Amino acid sequence: MKKLMLGNEAFARGLYEAGCEFVSSYPGTPSTEVTEFAAKYDEMYAEWAPNEKVAMEAALGASIAGKRSFCGMKHVGLNVAADPLYTAGYTGVNGGMVICVADDPGLHSSQNEQDSRHHAIASKVLMVEPSDSQECKDFTKLAFELSEKFDSPVIVRMSTRIAHSQSTVELLDRVVPETKPYVKNPAKFVMVPANAKRRHPEVEQKLRDAAKYAETSLLNKVEYNDTSIGIITAGDCYLYAKEAMGDKASYLKLGMINPLPVEIIRDFASKCDKVYVIEELDDVIEAHCKKNGIDVVGKEVFGWEYEISQSIVREKLLGEKPDTMAFDEPVPVRPPVMCAGCPHRGLFYCLSQLGVYVSGDIGCYTLGSAAPLNAMDTTICMGASISALHGYNKALGAEAEKKSVAVIGDSTFMHSGMTGLVNVAYNATNSTVIILDNSITGMTGHQQNPTTGKNLKGDPAAAVDLEALCHAIGIKSVRVVDPYHMAETKKVIEEELAKEEPSVIISRRPCALLKYVKHNPPLHVDNDKCVGCKQCLKIGCPAISMKDRPEGDAKKTKVSVINHTQCVGCGICTEMCKPGAIVE
Amino acid sequence: METKSVMIVGVGGQGTLLASRILGNVFLAQGYDVKVSEVHGMSQRGGSVVTYVKYGEKVYSPVVELGEADVIISFEQLESARWLPYLKKGGKLVTSDQTLDPMPVITGAAVYPDDIIGKIKAKGVEVTAVDALGLAEQAGTSKAANVVLMGVVSKKLPFEESVWQQALEQCVPAKFLELNKKAFALGREAV
Repeated sequence: MKKLMLGNEAFARGLYEAGCEFVSSYPGTPSTEVTEFAAKYDEMYAEWAPNEKVAMEAALGASIAGKRSFCGMKHVGLNVAADPLYTAGYTGVNGGMVICVADDPGLHSSQNEQDSRHHAIASKVLMVEPSDSQECKDFTKLAFELSEKFDSPVIVRMSTRIAHSQSTVELLDRVVPETKPYVKNPAKFVMVPANAKRRHPEVEQKLRDAAKYAETSLLNKVEYNDTSIGIITAGDCYLYAKEAMGDKASYLKLGMINPLPVEIIRDFASKCDKVYVIEELDDVIEAHCKKNGIDVVGKEVFGWEYEISQSIVREKLLGEKPDTMAFDEPVPVRPPVMCAGCPHRGLFYCLSQLGVYVSGDIGCYTLGSAAPLNAMDTTICMGASISALHGYNKALGAEAEKKSVAVIGDSTFMHSGMTGLVNVAYNATNSTVIILDNSITGMTGHQQNPTTGKNLKGDPAAAVDLEALCHAIGIKSVRVVDPYHMAETKKVIEEELAKEEPSVIISRRPCALLKYVKHNPPLHVDNDKCVGCKQCLKIGCPAISMKDRPEGDAKKTKVSVINHTQCVGCGICTEMCKPGAIVE
Repeated sequence: METKSVMIVGVGGQGTLLASRILGNVFLAQGYDVKVSEVHGMSQRGGSVVTYVKYGEKVYSPVVELGEADVIISFEQLESARWLPYLKKGGKLVTSDQTLDPMPVITGAAVYPDDIIGKIKAKGVEVTAVDALGLAEQAGTSKAANVVLMGVVSKKLPFEESVWQQALEQCVPAKFLELNKKAFALGREAV
């Protein structure tokens, strides 16, 4: 049976068919759906871990126990999980262990454009890279076999276009291998220096063996057409090259990324007149070729930034430019915005009014940095808001403490924010930390987390008591506000900023997009009362805009209009409207 | 057969993903190789969104580039203007006449161009503009504007109506099926 499947869905199908029995991940675009689809198979245990490090350690534990296991994350998540990864490269596995890492060339939904292939090389684990949904499934299944054959975790590298494209997949049945017995083996699994020292040569031997395998592996495919141009490529870049060049070039499509083969590349290059390496982000394949004395051209033509595409390949290799037309006037940009009814809006409006330094974090609320709220000074990585605020406040002292806050979501706080809060309490800055508790992991599309009281499968679970946790960490002043009530929220922030002690404000209101959240009827504007002062626009709600008055209206100003299909009746605009023109 | 490219453009939250899945299933049912490409995450939050649907004997790249789209299906006028450079010369534009001000227009930093549809038509582009939102509300919910547009597009592509009905049944949850069939029919009647 053939089915149209998202790359991530096909990946999950590969886990299922390979008999994987343990899945632990942290959500991150574009990797999230692998785990969401995996959770739909009752035969596989699947969970959201608080962060990627925990997920990878849990997956390694399940592998040590003898089961096939999996953890998934986006590229920056692999940085968080790098600590267990680098030592898992030494310990190896018992049951097969597969890791999904999804890179985001073009930064569709990420804070940097890092190339995860470096992590595979540096941690000395194997890496494979699929090009479409069928390969997502096939390579995942093969990755489990390679993991067990070479005694190594295997990373399957995805990219946004592979993860989020649907193509056809042939479905097969699930086959669960027998659980491998756990045999106590400290020399393999207790990585004290003496044992790790003995493991290192075995790790190098594993890589040499895997490199030999790479020379004959079906993961790498050669296709000879016109040999005046040879293209060495992998992943989505193969698709762009193939679409642009068709049979006007020959191809070496690499599926095995670490270790890379040498001889098949050398052989391919020797049969082509001019050889290009087409790869996104860094020059991993190109540098490998050059190190082995193979003459190729890569980054000097294709550059280091953003995605490659068929039109870039056409332009660079054939000199063809697209035939196109354009709209003749400037088209205003449409950046993402906080949704109508978003609970973060009221909080960020208060912060913009207070003019404080806002140490930001990763989530929907990063949109608080955009106009018209402009209420964010930094965004670095998951959890950095609190720790970086502590450093900022230590560096500048008491005056800064009274004019600065950290903002962090509930899921991000559980991920890696709470250790920063421990530092605030332990090393004593009078920092004010605002936890934006919207009862869900929002930006990645509504995943449960340890504060929500539900697990990945939607079943009831233990819920972290944020107030009690903050108290236990050593924060005495913990307040809860409803960000739909802006005047009260602003007052509480001012009070906490003034205090000579660290404090936490929990801004609590569920995400307006959650299915169980009841919406109020949409609000509308009383044209007679509206004076066109535009105060309501300052909260940056996408449902409110200014329009010309209807014909026959004597007033000269424009009038505020609320889009009834977007408005959820949150009412924070009514706090902005002095004439009281916004009504039910 | 040469690969054909369709782009679905709109504003995050308008239901472009469902539309792309319906189209993907229609093409698949015709025996074509199909790729549907979407972007998730940040873009859902009211930003400009685009999904690509490509079909043919063998589809390689999942993305559609400048001047490559045979058809653009737009959920909003400004998005029609934004993505126009992706339309192939001689390509078709199917657009909802809905307008949604983006934040720079709301804050007064930019101006929403007037008569976008007229200006695109003046370039010689074959434009079909419908009140998709109004028809969707007539069907029962503004959320079905995506399926109204599918109804319109079904008249522009050379496939039997039954194939579209089948794709609807595959992609829409059973309890919303009747409503969406009505929306689809209103879209077909609109052209």
